[in-house]
Amino acid sequence: MSFATNACIAGIYEHPLRVAPDHTVAQLHAEVARGALLDAGLTLNDVDAYFCAGDAPGMGTVSMADYLGLKKLSYLDSTDTGGSSYLTHVNHAARAIAQGQCKVALITLAGRPKSEGSSGTQVRSQYANAPDFAFEKPYSPAPLNTYAMCAMRHMYEFGTTSEQLAWIKVAASHHAQHNPNAMLKDVLTVEDVLNSPMIADPLHRADCCVVTDSGGALIVVHPDIAKTLKKPVITMMGASETTKGQMGGKVDLTYSGLAWAAPRAFAEAKLTPEQIRYASIYDSFTITVLIQLEDLGFCKKGEGGRFVEGGQLISGKGRLAFNTDGGGLCNNHPANRGGMTKVIEAVRQLRGEAHPAVQVPNLEFALASGIGGALGTRHGAAALIMGRLQ
Amino acid sequence: MTQEHRLPSPISNPENKPFWDAAQENRLILKLCNSCKESHYYPRSICPHCGSNETTWVESKGLGEIYSYTVMRRGVEVPFAMAYVKLNEGISLLTHLTNCDFDAIRVGQKVKVVFQETQDGQKTHLFEPV
Repeated sequence: MSFATNACIAGIYEHPLRVAPDHTVAQLHAEVARGALLDAGLTLNDVDAYFCAGDAPGMGTVSMADYLGLKKLSYLDSTDTGGSSYLTHVNHAARAIAQGQCKVALITLAGRPKSEGSSGTQVRSQYANAPDFAFEKPYSPAPLNTYAMCAMRHMYEFGTTSEQLAWIKVAASHHAQHNPNAMLKDVLTVEDVLNSPMIADPLHRADCCVVTDSGGALIVVHPDIAKTLKKPVITMMGASETTKGQMGGKVDLTYSGLAWAAPRAFAEAKLTPEQIRYASIYDSFTITVLIQLEDLGFCKKGEGGRFVEGGQLISGKGRLAFNTDGGGLCNNHPANRGGMTKVIEAVRQLRGEAHPAVQVPNLEFALASGIGGALGTRHGAAALIMGRLQ
Repeated sequence: MTQEHRLPSPISNPENKPFWDAAQENRLILKLCNSCKESHYYPRSICPHCGSNETTWVESKGLGEIYSYTVMRRGVEVPFAMAYVKLNEGISLLTHLTNCDFDAIRVGQKVKVVFQETQDGQKTHLFEPV
């Protein structure tokens, strides 16, 4: 039996708020769970598998399942690979469904970093007991500065330019103008990006994603259930994940774990990058996208700059439409964890529910990929390939 | 430009204590694996390259070159230059660059280790141009 016939994404929901000071995090989880179940046409009583990451309130799945009122669970998973967690959750849910361990999986994410004052320039203190942090704490490693070192090395090895990185933000901004919920809706030019303040060389403010309170949820179901629902059936075709770190000091900042994981996902899906016309690519920073495009096989290593320049990621204009919701760069980066919204927009595209101005016509396949943690130190990486059942 | 603020202190623990004791004496020590003959960083009791527990501390001359860097200019009290320095032993470590013009730093530049006191008095390693 192929993976494709064994699990489908039946429900999606992205919280419309971007600033939510009057909500609790648990409440946001509940609101996105409700939204995704309504989208699928299912109820809480149908859910027999629950997934959240390590940042969920209380004791993860135990606290949240009790709060949400999930009483029929036979499968739980709180894998935490940072922002890529939700891609791994979809992969794990699909495998569990294929193995017969559950039939309806709920995956939720929510957080309030905007209201709580989080920023990509800050050291992430939740890793205080990590063995690496004992050595790295004096140097204040933060998401922004460690990603910036990836960009600096990429520029050194391959001649990548700030203008090329800027094109990634420009493409995201072209898409965000059509999203009424997007945090940033203004269309930017390459000059706008380059004229924004330098925060950590070579990354400007506009090379960075937004910080938002928000959340999202997904419903992954057995195909027998998907066929009874009203929405188009979106099937899982291939998926893989991994981690990559400093490799005992043999540091190489030019590639991500997707260089290892993505070929496995494509092989399972029996597809090649040439067949992908839409991709949701985790965009914590512009460099995050560039390195993933290479590792996913859309171009050769080192050629990402030339691949993205001139608007090649703009829907209806370029070779590959990416992040048509505006992505993390302009729309939403809920809880500083963008993997959830990557899956959501890929499903919207496959259903034909993206904004008409950015919808890719007659889309058969879509890819979602993510990097969680920090590309410049240690990260999780995951890729999903999905298709619309014709 | 020299850093004006004192760096946060590292975290000493039973596994890494010899490293910080050496830093206090202005010495950079690394872990070498007697089984696979490879150095690693950050130091562990078990070699991350081959899994052997036959690791020993060896002193490094603290010479190398900048593998990559960034200048953190905003969102922090005092700008700093973060870098990965690739030591002549072939392994890279996360550090700061000091005693240099932040606008003149280049990938590939030769550097050497220096030690600086952190907030609680524990010294840690930084690098400056040779």
